[in-house]
Amino acid sequence: MSRYFLRFGALGYLTLLLLMPVAFVFYKAFEHGFAPAWQAVTTPEALHALKLTLVVAAIAVPANTVVGIILALTLVRSRLPGRGVLNAIVDLPLALSPVVVGLSLVLFYGRGGWLGGLAGHGVHILFAVPGMVLATMFVSLPFVVREVVPVLREVGTEQEQAAETLGAGPFQTFRRITFPAIRWAVAYGVVLTTARAIGEFGAVSAVSGNIEGRTQTLPLYVKAQFDGFDTTGAYATSVVLALIAIAVVVGLRALHPKEESP
Amino acid sequence: MSGITVIDVTKRFNGFTALQDVSVTIPEGSLTALLGPSGSGKSTLLRVIAGLEEPDAGQVLIGSEDVTERPARARGVGMVFQHYAAFKHMTVYDNVAFGLTIRKRPRAEIKRRVHELLELVQLEGLAKRYPAQLSGGQRQRMALARALAVEPSVLLLDEPFGALDARVRKELRAWLRRLHDEVHVTTIIVTHDQEEAMEVAGQIVVLNDGRIEQVGSPRELYDSPANEFVMSFVGPVNRLGETFVRPHDVEVMLEPDAGSVEAMVERVVHLGFEARVELVRDDGQHLLAQLTQEEALQLELERGQIVYVRSSRETVFSEAARRPDRPRSG
Repeated sequence: MSRYFLRFGALGYLTLLLLMPVAFVFYKAFEHGFAPAWQAVTTPEALHALKLTLVVAAIAVPANTVVGIILALTLVRSRLPGRGVLNAIVDLPLALSPVVVGLSLVLFYGRGGWLGGLAGHGVHILFAVPGMVLATMFVSLPFVVREVVPVLREVGTEQEQAAETLGAGPFQTFRRITFPAIRWAVAYGVVLTTARAIGEFGAVSAVSGNIEGRTQTLPLYVKAQFDGFDTTGAYATSVVLALIAIAVVVGLRALHPKEESP
Repeated sequence: MSGITVIDVTKRFNGFTALQDVSVTIPEGSLTALLGPSGSGKSTLLRVIAGLEEPDAGQVLIGSEDVTERPARARGVGMVFQHYAAFKHMTVYDNVAFGLTIRKRPRAEIKRRVHELLELVQLEGLAKRYPAQLSGGQRQRMALARALAVEPSVLLLDEPFGALDARVRKELRAWLRRLHDEVHVTTIIVTHDQEEAMEVAGQIVVLNDGRIEQVGSPRELYDSPANEFVMSFVGPVNRLGETFVRPHDVEVMLEPDAGSVEAMVERVVHLGFEARVELVRDDGQHLLAQLTQEEALQLELERGQIVYVRSSRETVFSEAARRPDRPRSG
């Protein structure tokens, strides 16, 4: 009896916390029908925001995938001293509030920061796309590393050593042995990284300057529309973000079919 | 095919000495066992020969070539690991073909060679399976075929049957012996099982605490062990003060005779052909005697019975062989 009560409680919690608010956004977006919603998400500003979001993700995700795999290999395979510190640093973006990430980038690249002089040479990082890419890379760094590390530990080094004795060089060993062993973990990490890159608000907001039609990603656009009392625009764009998120979750399920409920 | 020469190899791991000034020669075409308890350095020695561990000092020669500085991939060794190290995402065929694919051999040649090898290890018909669909014994045979595919000058087996159950292990030992008679490649097998070493190998290298205790044929090790360690490692032994006696060299008699000592039967264990008799001598020392079933039946031994024992053959080691004077690792 108490088991059913617990289950019902957990379901109610999920419904109230997650399902109803998101469903409400969908409801509000289409409150006045499909046409106004479609109009709201196809304005030049909204389309630009969508495009910029995808561009930022298209740079940050591959970069973090490559770096993430290298970091994971370093953490698991190398005998480098200070791996414990490196391990902690990789987790930093998860622990740190994104706004702090954004502000630290502003300090570092801004006027008077260590790399603040770059702007004088025509390299604009803050209030421009490079800064947004950097912020996104920062916050979405841990996912590939965290997915790949346990899998690398589990597969061990015997297969790699066997490949080595059979004549494979380091790159061949990686391509033919190590990568196939971790590819699902990498894919899972890529999906999580993508989700985070597309949805990031705080860090990107701090460095972007939030200039409409220039440095606004979708989450920033949603906030701007909401603040400007364009609720239909805000909700409709939210729906676009939510749909992307749902596609990502479905992608996750496709990658991990084993975890499907029994 | 080449012999292997190891000269003064030392290997330490974080202050732990795994190998200390080890020198040994593995004759061309032989099947040699590295035998020792866990932590004796036998696996480390194998990995140093393979090039998977870099020695802190010393040299490794394969044939007449110094390969000490050469990476594993350029040594021409074939290695088989205890836990198979099967490439899980590849079929049996692709596993065996791996070394040839890396060497960019023509497809037709690879195909011919892989099928030859699969036949040799009796896995024909399983080429399209994945390692997960094979039994442990089949996986290890696949790993052996994979190692042999590149025609290595030496074959290195690291506890290859350690993860298999007793019956399969026995089968594979006999099979390995026959395979070696067929392919004649210089082979080293690492094992902690003295019976396995004696059954399979022509030459045994006994290691203990990172040093070589003795090198010899199974007979030599058993009949004239160099020291206490080898004597007790290669077979059961009774220790009576400074004297060592094999259980099958203990005579059990009903009447006293010259040089015999009184003893009481504590337990008789019948094991088919042989019978083991646990005895306690009148001076309190425990003793194990190994008799044939027939001898045991003739004596009508039973618990609590008083008998007389005598050793037909005993070994006493010199002071040096008894307590090898050596600095301990650490």
